[in-house]
Amino acid sequence: MEFRRFSSPHLPVENNVNAMMRRVLFALLPGIACMQWLFGWGVLINIALAGASAMLAEAGMLQLRGRPVAPVLLDGSALLTGVLLALALPPLAPWWIAVIGSAFAIIFAKQLYGGLGYNPFNPAMAGYVVLLVSFPLELTLWPAAGNPPDLSTTLALVFTGNPPPGTLIDAITMATPMDSLRTQIGLGRQLPELAGTVSGYLGGTGWEWLNACYLLGGLWLLRVKVIQWQIPAAMLAGLALTALLFHLVDPAHYATPQFHLFSGAAMLGAFFIATDPVSACTTPRGRLWYGLGIGVLTWVIRTWGGYPDGVAFAVLLMNLAAPTIDHFTRPRIFGRSSGSAP
Amino acid sequence: MKEPTYSKIIGDGLWLNNPGLVQLLGLCPLLAITTSVVNGLGLGLATALTLMCSNLTVSLIRKLVRPEVRIPVFVLVIASIVTVIELAMNAWLHELYNILGIFIPLIVTNCCIIGRAESFASRNSADRALLDGLAMGVGFTLVLVTLGGLRELVGQGTLLSHAYLMFGAAARDWTLTLIPDYRGFLLAILPPGAFLGLGLLVAGKNLVDAHRAQRVAAVEAPAAQTAGAA
Repeated sequence: MEFRRFSSPHLPVENNVNAMMRRVLFALLPGIACMQWLFGWGVLINIALAGASAMLAEAGMLQLRGRPVAPVLLDGSALLTGVLLALALPPLAPWWIAVIGSAFAIIFAKQLYGGLGYNPFNPAMAGYVVLLVSFPLELTLWPAAGNPPDLSTTLALVFTGNPPPGTLIDAITMATPMDSLRTQIGLGRQLPELAGTVSGYLGGTGWEWLNACYLLGGLWLLRVKVIQWQIPAAMLAGLALTALLFHLVDPAHYATPQFHLFSGAAMLGAFFIATDPVSACTTPRGRLWYGLGIGVLTWVIRTWGGYPDGVAFAVLLMNLAAPTIDHFTRPRIFGRSSGSAP
Repeated sequence: MKEPTYSKIIGDGLWLNNPGLVQLLGLCPLLAITTSVVNGLGLGLATALTLMCSNLTVSLIRKLVRPEVRIPVFVLVIASIVTVIELAMNAWLHELYNILGIFIPLIVTNCCIIGRAESFASRNSADRALLDGLAMGVGFTLVLVTLGGLRELVGQGTLLSHAYLMFGAAARDWTLTLIPDYRGFLLAILPPGAFLGLGLLVAGKNLVDAHRAQRVAAVEAPAAQTAGAA
């Protein structure tokens, strides 16, 4: 990993994988706190389950591959994969969802390709997509935002799969704003009728706060230069501009740009997932195209696709395109005209 | 040219040069229909039968066909054999025929068949060509059945479901439910599961080969040392 260095005099900065992963985890804290407040204990249970199984899978695979276990395990990359996956999962999903997802992410999407630095796809999103296509029912178990179930109900749901006696699962869970938006539009309802039920001040009810917290953490990451501005800015611009265009044409059926920016996984995806240094584009101009592609694809999948949110699919699709984008956006070599052979 | 021995032909088809795991030929049907043991077995047997018939025919007419036109002739032979098999399956295994659908006629395009006709049957005597067709066909069928079993087990927790499609009404209760109350792992049934499963099978074969090579080396090394000392 090459970081931009400024000319002397400078203080030596700590630049390594470990510090970088630690900062990303710090930056996630406001989002995690907000999610815990909105959805209850399931969030922390998911993080613990996914983080632990990701670390376990990483240790097992490193052992099998005959690599040093401790230094790689402690760089925090497996933990970060687990945490990012856990934040994408519904808090009331059964325990094995988090375990299978993070094990798949580490074993298949990361270690089989050669470990950190060699994975062409974002492991957390690969794990999430596997869960989404395999267990669509379990991945709808979101509690109503801002009205979380208590600890004992959550524990019962996560570890036995059944709500405690006297409680109905349908009384606890609720379709997410993105989900009910697509259902209602599909039923022929119009957006103005849905105001107040689906959307809050900016985005989906409750979810707008979550997205604002991720935005805060992401801005801090930008400030400490762990990520660069191109990918988040381009992704959010791609999402917002496409949404704006269609909203202006037909405001009754296409949600506003601010709804798209502050619902679902928009901010988490823009600052924490799309910016994964391994699977994203590396050239500055390439990052702009890469982010733009994710933004537009996210909107397309959200609006016309079969799943309520599209960030994970958009990120994986653009991961596929990243090497090609890098090839065509190589920066001009200093002292040469653009396009001349190196 | 010295003709290969029977045991080498069998070893090649089943393991060393297995069409599914080593040559990686005929991947389209291999990946598309292996959602269960029975589907895999059905298509595998049809392919094996085609391979045997086409290898035998090509070997018998190999001296009559001029090299310039051999490929069109082989394709004609294979296409007519596949048409016969397709009609026969439609008549006697109609439900299985409906499930395998387009992949029965597509056996014509299976590169494994034209590959064996070109590289083996057109250069060897009829008995060896027939045996090669059988070995390659059985090797291909084994891969299809293994992959089908893997995907069926992970995907639905059963084995041999719908066996009556091939073996008649007596096979209705053959379904083995290995994991009761299984929720199903849809990915294994979907196309990505086929790619992942095949990748794991190829990796498994390479692992076995590597272990074998290691053992042979371990046996030979002390022998070479004693020979050197003598």
